[in-house]
Amino acid sequence: MNELRAHEALPESDRMVRRKKSQLRETWRRMLKNKASLVGLTIIVLFAFMAIFADHIAPYHYDEQKLEDAFLKPSRDHWLGTDNFGRDILSRIIYGARISLQIGLISVGIGVAVGGSLGAFAAYYGGYTDNAIMRFIDVLLAIPNIVLAISISAALGPGLVNAMIAVGIGTVPIYARVVRASVMTVKEQEFVEAARCIGAKTPRILLRHILPNAMAPIIVQATLGVATAILAAAGLSFIGLGIQPPTPEWGAMLSAGRQYIRDHWHIVTFPGLAIMLTIFALNLLGDGLRDALDPRLKR
Amino acid sequence: MNNATPLLHVKNLHVRYTTDEGTVHAVNGVDLVMKKGETLGLVGETGAGKTTTALSILRLIPDPPGEITSGEILFDGHDLVPYSAMKMRKVRGNHISMIFQDPMTALNPVLTIGDQISEVIRLHDRLSRSEAYGKATRMLELVGIPADRMGEYPHQFSGGMKQRVVIAIALVCNPLLLIADEPTTALDVTIQAQVLELMQNLRTELGTSMMLITHDLGVVAKICDTVAIMYAGEIVEYGTLQEVYNNTRHPYTKGLFGSIPKIDVRERRLKPIPGLMPDPTHLPQGCSFHPRCPFCTDQCRHKKPENVLLYGDHFAKCYYAEDGLQ
Repeated sequence: MNELRAHEALPESDRMVRRKKSQLRETWRRMLKNKASLVGLTIIVLFAFMAIFADHIAPYHYDEQKLEDAFLKPSRDHWLGTDNFGRDILSRIIYGARISLQIGLISVGIGVAVGGSLGAFAAYYGGYTDNAIMRFIDVLLAIPNIVLAISISAALGPGLVNAMIAVGIGTVPIYARVVRASVMTVKEQEFVEAARCIGAKTPRILLRHILPNAMAPIIVQATLGVATAILAAAGLSFIGLGIQPPTPEWGAMLSAGRQYIRDHWHIVTFPGLAIMLTIFALNLLGDGLRDALDPRLKR
Repeated sequence: MNNATPLLHVKNLHVRYTTDEGTVHAVNGVDLVMKKGETLGLVGETGAGKTTTALSILRLIPDPPGEITSGEILFDGHDLVPYSAMKMRKVRGNHISMIFQDPMTALNPVLTIGDQISEVIRLHDRLSRSEAYGKATRMLELVGIPADRMGEYPHQFSGGMKQRVVIAIALVCNPLLLIADEPTTALDVTIQAQVLELMQNLRTELGTSMMLITHDLGVVAKICDTVAIMYAGEIVEYGTLQEVYNNTRHPYTKGLFGSIPKIDVRERRLKPIPGLMPDPTHLPQGCSFHPRCPFCTDQCRHKKPENVLLYGDHFAKCYYAEDGLQ
C-alpha cells in the first residue's frame, strides 16, 4: 500500500483532460483520413444546414403557387423549374429537407431504440425471454413492412408524427434481429465474464461492455435504414396516409410528379436526386463512422 | 478479521451441470481451507473442476445449466452460497477478484484500459471520476506500465502487458482473495516468469491471499505455500508445499510428478499416467482414480476412500496413504 500512497501527490486533473481530448481527437483524425466518409459528412451537413435555414435560403415559399408559371423548365428564376401548381421545386426541396431528414432519423431512432432493446434483452437473458420476444418479432416480421406501416398510420391517423411512428415500428424487427445476433456473439466473450467478476450490474454490462462491441452492424443497418425510412414515408404520403399536402416531402413530391414524368422530367428528377444524394451520403458516413469508432481498426 | 477463522473455507462443495446429454458432476465434495495471506496452488488436469470450483467461490457458475447443489463457501466466516445477487456483487471485485487465463479476451476491446481499471474502483468505492482515474493510474504504474498509456486500447498492448492490466484491475480494490485461473498459460515462458514475480510481489505488498489455478507444478513450487491436487471434481491430496512435494501420498499426485521429464535423465519417452480422466457424466464407482491407479485393489473399486489425515494438515484421499505407496 505504501507505494500507492507515494504517488498520490501527482496532478490528476492534467491527465484527465489530456486523455478525453485525445480520444475525441483520435476519432476525428481517423474520420478525416477517410475521404469518402468526409464527402458523406459534408453532404449531410449541407442538407442539415438547408433544413435549418430554409426560411432564409429558399428563394420562394414552399406553397407559393403561380398557376401561370406551372411546368417551367429549369431557368434563372427557378433553378430547378416549377411543378404542376407553379411552385418552385428548389424551394420545396429545401423545405422538404426538414421533413425528410426528420422522418428518416426519428423513425430509425424509434426502430433502433425499441428493436435494439428488445433484441439486446432477448440475447442477454436467453431462454424463455428470448423465445417470447423473438416470436413476437417473428409475428411482426410476417406482416409486410409497408402493410404494417399502413395499418398503423391508418389507426393513428395521418400526419408527420404518426408517419414516423408507423415507419419506426415497421423497422423494429430488423433492428431486433441485428442487435440480437451481435449481442449473442459478444456476450460469450471473456471480458463480459470479467465484468461480472468485478461486480458490475446487468444494465452496466449490457450498455457499457456488450453494446459498444456490437455497434458496427447496427450503425451500418441504421444508416441504410434512414434511406428505407424516407422511402417508406414517401410511400405513405403517396396513398394519403403520411404527410399531407402542401407540406413538401421529397417522397410525396416524387409521387405527385410521377404522372407528369413523360413531359416534365424535372418535377420528379430533382426530388429523386435529393433522396439519392442523402442516402448515398448517409451510407458513406455510416461506413466511415464505424471504422472511426472501432479502436481495433486503428492504424 | 481474526486469525483463527480461515479466510476461505469451502466445505463439501458439489456443483453439477445439467445438460441434454446427462448430468455433469463437475465438483464432488471439495473441501478447502485458505488462511489469510496464504497462496494455495490448485493443480489438476483439464476438466478436473478447477475453474468450476473457482467460479463457484465467486458464484459465477452459469445457471442454467450449472448449479451448486450442496456445500458451504465460508468467506471470512460468512457463507456466500445463500447471498443475494446484490450482496454478491459487492463481494466480487472488492473482496474477491479473479484473473483469467487469456488476457487477450479478458479486456473489453472498445474501452481504454484507464476506463476499465477505474470502472472497478467506481463500482466499489465512492470516488469521483477523476479520483478513481488517479487511483487507476497509480495502480497501472504499480504493475509496471507507464501512466501515459492509460488512454490506450487493449489491442495496443502485448500479451504480457495485457495480463499486467488484468492484474491491475484485479488488485486495485485491494481484495482479500485473488483467484488466478491459469494466469500464465497464454503467455510465453520469459513473460510467465515476469508476470508471476509481479503477482507475487504485489500480493505480499497488499497482503492478498491467492488461489493459483494451474497445471504447472513448477509454477506451484515457485510461489505456493499449500497445494491442493484435484482429480475428477475432488481434492485428492492437500497439504503444505513441502509435504505434498516431498512426502507424496496419493497415487495420482505421484503420477503427476512422474510424468515430468527430468533434466538429468535422458529419456526416450515421457511417462504419462495411463488412461484418461473419467467421463464426468458417468463417474466410476468407488475411488474415481481407480481405473488408472497402479495400486488399485477391490476395496478401491467399490467404496470411495475418505480423507486420510497425515502429518499436520496434509491429507490424501486414498486407502493406502498412510502406508506410503511403494
